[in-house]
Order: sequence, then C-alpha cells, then structure tokens
Amino acid sequence: MTDHSISPDVVHLTAAATAAAIAAGELSAVEATQAALDRIAKVDETVHAFLHVDADGALAAARAVDERRAAGEALGQLAGVPLALKDVLTARGMPTTCGSRILEGWHAPYDATVVSRLRAADVVVLGKVNMDEFAMGSSTENSAYGPTRNPWDITRIPGGSSGGSAAAVAAFEAPLAIGTDTGGSIRQPAAVCGLVGVKPTYGGVSRYGLVAFSSSLDQAGPLARTVTDAALLHAAIAGHDPLDSTSVDVAVPPVVEAAGRRDVRGVRVGVVRELAGEGYDPGVEAAFAAAVETLTELGAEVVEVSCPHFQYALPAYYLIAPSECSSNLARFDAMRFGLRVGDDGEAGAEEVMSRTREAGFGPEVKRRVILGTYALSSGYYDAYYGQAQKVRTLISRDFTAAFEQVDVLVSPTTPTPAFPLGSKVDDPVSMYLSDLCTIPSNLAGGPAMSLPAGLVDGLPVGIQIMAPPFADDRLYLVGGALEEALDARRGHPLLAAAPAL
Amino acid sequence: MGITRDEVAHLARLSRMSVTDDELDALAPQLEAILSAVARVAEVAAADIPPTSHAVPLTNVFRPDIARPSLPAAEALAGAPAAEDGRFRVPRILDPDE
Repeated sequence: MTDHSISPDVVHLTAAATAAAIAAGELSAVEATQAALDRIAKVDETVHAFLHVDADGALAAARAVDERRAAGEALGQLAGVPLALKDVLTARGMPTTCGSRILEGWHAPYDATVVSRLRAADVVVLGKVNMDEFAMGSSTENSAYGPTRNPWDITRIPGGSSGGSAAAVAAFEAPLAIGTDTGGSIRQPAAVCGLVGVKPTYGGVSRYGLVAFSSSLDQAGPLARTVTDAALLHAAIAGHDPLDSTSVDVAVPPVVEAAGRRDVRGVRVGVVRELAGEGYDPGVEAAFAAAVETLTELGAEVVEVSCPHFQYALPAYYLIAPSECSSNLARFDAMRFGLRVGDDGEAGAEEVMSRTREAGFGPEVKRRVILGTYALSSGYYDAYYGQAQKVRTLISRDFTAAFEQVDVLVSPTTPTPAFPLGSKVDDPVSMYLSDLCTIPSNLAGGPAMSLPAGLVDGLPVGIQIMAPPFADDRLYLVGGALEEALDARRGHPLLAAAPAL
Repeated sequence: MGITRDEVAHLARLSRMSVTDDELDALAPQLEAILSAVARVAEVAAADIPPTSHAVPLTNVFRPDIARPSLPAAEALAGAPAAEDGRFRVPRILDPDE
C-alpha cells in the first residue's frame, strides 16, 4: 500500500539516499516509484518533460526490487531508484520517438545496452522524456511533441537536446535521468536547470540502441542533483559492450570513489582563456570566477591555459555533425519502420520516401540533413567536411598540450543562462552558440561535467570541468569537492533555491 | 560562398526529402547564414594536418562469430508501415515507364 503522505519528502531525496532508505527497509521501491509518479501527475502538465509514462512497468519493476530485498538478495547501489530515460534510447515496452513524427508510435523490439544495464542494476525506468528531434537542438523546442519548460522559470527553455531529462530531475519528477550529448546536450541542459550532467569519454558508454545522430560524437550519460548521484549512474551504465564496435574495452574509471574523496589539494586546474569574453553574460563570468576562486581556496593550483583552436570548434562541429546526420538519417526511408506517407499504390519507393521525410522531419532536422548533404557533396567536401576533420585534429592537439600542464580544464558551461522560449527558434546560428563551450570535448572525445556554479538573475548557470579521455574520475574528484564547498557557502544545494512549481 | 534557392531544392532532392516553396524560402537564407558562420574553418592553415574521423581511434574491431538468436520475424515486422506474407511490403522500386 502506498502512503501518499510521504511522497513530498521522498521525491526530494537524492538517488543515493533513496537507495539507502530502500536498502535499510525505511522505504519501499514501490513507495519511491509511486511518489515519483504522483509528482509527475502533479507537475508534468506544466513542465512537459515526459512523452510517455510507463506507470505499470515502473511499479512492476519496483515490486520486483521489494520482493528480492524481502528474500534477502543483495541489491545494487541504485536499486529501486526511479529514472527518466531520454526518448532516443530504445526500451522494450515503451515507444521510442526521438522527439520526431517519423517515429510516432514506434516501439523498438529491443533494449539499448544502457537500458539493459539500468534494468540489471534494478533502476526503475519511469518512462521516456522529451528532447529536440533526433537530439538536434539546444532548447527542446525542436521536439515534434511541443517544448519542455524550465522548472526554474516556465517561460524559459530547459536547454537541449536533453531538456526533458534535465527538467524531470530539476522538477523532482525523478532523482536521475539519462541524457545524450553530441555537442553539449547533457551539459547545457544540466547547467541551465541547476543540475550535475556528465558526458563520459566517447566509447565509455555503449551506443547500442541509442538512435544515431552523429555517430562519432554521440555519448549517453547521467543527469542528477548531486555529483555522487551522477557517479553512481555513470558507473551503472558504463563499460565495454561488444554490440557497439566503438565501445572501448578499458576498465570503467573509479568515478564513485573519486566523487567521495572531496580533496583537490594539488590538483592542477587550467582555465581556458578562449572560452570567455565577447558573447559571455557578465553574470555567467562572475559565477564562474567565484567557482574558480573556490577551487583555489580548496588548495587546487589554478593557472590560465590557451587552447587556440577552440574558437574553430563550433564551425567544425556544425559541418561534422550535420554531415554524419545526413548519412545516419537516411535510414528513415519509410520502408521497415516508422511513418509512411503517400503509399497510394501508384507512387514509387523514392516518391513515398520523399513525401514521408517531408512530413516526418521538422525544420531543424531538414536544415541539418541539407547542410550535411551539401558539406559532403563533391566539390565542397575538401573545403568543408575535410577541413572540419583537420580542425578536429588541431582541437585534440590543444587538449593534449593543455593536459601536459594541468589535470583538468574549466570554463563556463554555457555563455548565457536559459533564454526565453521562442526567442531563437528562427535564428539557428544564434541557437548554435549555446554549445560554444561544450563542443570541444565532443570533438576530442574527452569526458566533461557541468556542475551548478551559481545564479544569474535567479537562473542557474554551470561550471564545466573537462578531463582527458578515460580520466572521467577527475571530473568527479574536482566536482565533488567543489560542490561541497559551494553548497556549504550557499548554505544549501543550488536547486533548493528553485521556486515551487 | 552563397547557396541559392535552386541549390537547396537540388540538395533536398538528393536527400530524398520533398520541400515546399515556403520551406525553400526559409531554408535558403538560413543555410546561407549557417554556411557563412561555419566557413571559418577555412581560416585554419591545416594542409599538413591529418583528418580525425573518430575521437578514439580503433581499427579492426572483432568479436567472436557466434550464432545468437535473432529477432523473431513477427517482432521485426511489428513496427513496419506495411507487411505481407511475413515480409516488409514496400512500394514499387522500378519506374514502369523505364
């Protein structure tokens, strides 16, 4: 039986605390899940984070956890904890739309590896959350199913493309969410919703069952309210997977241990000179500077580092990602799954394909498919795609040189706080600037975290921490210590300052 | 480095994506603006720089060639726009006039 009176407190628990309460028998997984479902019922009409709520499946998974605990079985560190899953990862028993009309109503017949691992860890998947169509966007306004709203200010964007993931966690609908990050799509929503978000090292988390946007950049990762919660989720989903040939067969970095160390004395921190100045909100720069000053006070050695090619990361990304997307999205051809339009018995396959893609794709997807087709076409290939790939090499070299001097790099996560809904939808170039600071790590493959830095006019902004490939634990080492110090100074976690919905 | 409305229409055809006149009107100037923003990659002198296609270089990734159960046909067809006799039913692929 569910005691609804406990719900308001339960949804505010961290994932670690929820799991500990379940393990101790103070809370059942069913109670935790019902509390999350009640919260969704209460606030999601306003926030619109969820595209699909699988109440029956979630409660069944929670009951299984409670039964296994009652039988004395050992449970994982996140057993019974509810989670919101970005709708770009397949899960049996739920639709997978990728925020697109072209996949409306489609049910994948298999679980993504991330989902298999969540289920194996006894995490309770509540349902699928909103996103920019095929993860292309920075505001979640490119979803075919309507925008998600920022729980801090419902007139503003929650970031994107993992805006549903971030909004669900910030609105206390779930303590954890899975997002994906191709150019900043975990870190930017985490920053503007006041959360911790991590893009793991490319290859660290399997892409099997992650519907591809830009295969050489896409990576799934955690969103949470604390560094420790993010680490627990990171550890649950990471690791080699033979089903993804780009998955790397190395040990998962010790992220949970690193999150708990809370000691950055002697850690060398590099402030990226190029990720500042023109285009950066003065409030963002002030919050960032204060966080860096806190690192110094904690005993970190802070220096300025130059990464001269980072200024070319954004243009290189907007050639590489659309090029890969134009190729990847060719699979949406109306033949084997998804929407089919105009199959009247007369029209041929190519015409049906063209009509279906016209009807099924939204404006941003069309822009990027056409842009990618252009960049890859003969005569332009060398000047655009080929040159962008060379710039990618130079950005990796900038990182390599920087990490000879320092252990981690830091920058603001985004140049500005959350902007008003609708303010950039018709200006793609302006929208793309949201990813200015986050793209270099995608191009070079290294891990990066966004951590709440402070408020600018009542809106959260983040500090980004970047590490070399396969040194994901450094993010959690620095993030854990900084979070503790910033929370102590403030007297409470940043999210406690969010207005009630 | 301009991109014309006709070029956009041609690229849309190459992409097997019908576009309306209204879409072409919107897309051409937007793509023009995006291209002028991304053309900055040409400023970098990179003639002797090798391209990176993948963040973490991996070659010849193998896994054991072991037979595994495949998706049952009914499940594979469950999401199909049209199926017939246990197969995907697709529109004709050849033009009857050719």
